[in-house]
Amino acid sequence: MKQMTATGQTVDEAVQSALSDLHTTKDRVDIVVIDEGKKGIFGIFGSRLAVVKVTMKVDPIEEARNFLINVCKQMDINVTIETNVEGKHVFFNLASDKVGYIIGKRGQTLNALQNITQLVLNRHSEQFMIVTLDAENYRKRREESLVLLANRLANKAVKEKKEISLEPMPSNERRIIHSTLADNTKVKTYSVGMDPNRYLVIAPK
Amino acid sequence: MIQLIEAIVKPLVDHPDDVNIKVVEDDARITYKLTLNKSDIGKIIGKQGRVAKSIRTIVYAHAQSTENRKVYLDITE
Repeated sequence: MKQMTATGQTVDEAVQSALSDLHTTKDRVDIVVIDEGKKGIFGIFGSRLAVVKVTMKVDPIEEARNFLINVCKQMDINVTIETNVEGKHVFFNLASDKVGYIIGKRGQTLNALQNITQLVLNRHSEQFMIVTLDAENYRKRREESLVLLANRLANKAVKEKKEISLEPMPSNERRIIHSTLADNTKVKTYSVGMDPNRYLVIAPK
Repeated sequence: MIQLIEAIVKPLVDHPDDVNIKVVEDDARITYKLTLNKSDIGKIIGKQGRVAKSIRTIVYAHAQSTENRKVYLDITE
């Protein structure tokens, strides 16, 4: 975090000189007045300069975005990022010609990057924020294929009258399967194990 | 590769200047030995090693496309 103290004849002058030194504008800093200064008699006796402390505000979302761009650059991937904020949810949508590398097998790399981006963002943020990364609609496509998988395995579990265990998945993917099969009267679903190896079981009722 | 590890790790720690990466390599493998300020180690490993796992996932994903040797990432004091 960049900060500096500046002095001037008045508080305003001190702030102005700090702003020009930091190359920024008033809305992007926090200002603390340490000493308001005194004019003194005839501007000579007993005069004191005003002292202010100016701290540059960091925008946590901008920080996280820069982090993503920087990491992708080091992976030799040029990305463009679209940012969307809804309450405490932050969505970053990545677009690139090498998007497959960012997603990885079953979204592994994308999920890892998402975890770390959330950490970076919350280091700078006062309020806890949730980060979602997406690349070329991967999340949507993954959801569709999980719904298909869930229905297919539910039928199989009923037909073969045995429980079917799925491979370990992150919580958001398990949730999709649970909610898909919640209305299914022939099967029940539950999760076993501890994250990150927690997996879902589909069992006939 | 070193730059990638730095790009991931430095924004997460309180002492970015103490982030150091040494490379140990032979014919079969490359090991990146990451050393950190003592107070930052917990942040990089995370609860149940979650952060460390995420960092390795990204590093190994990149290694796959650039290296034909096995790549390891060690986190030490």
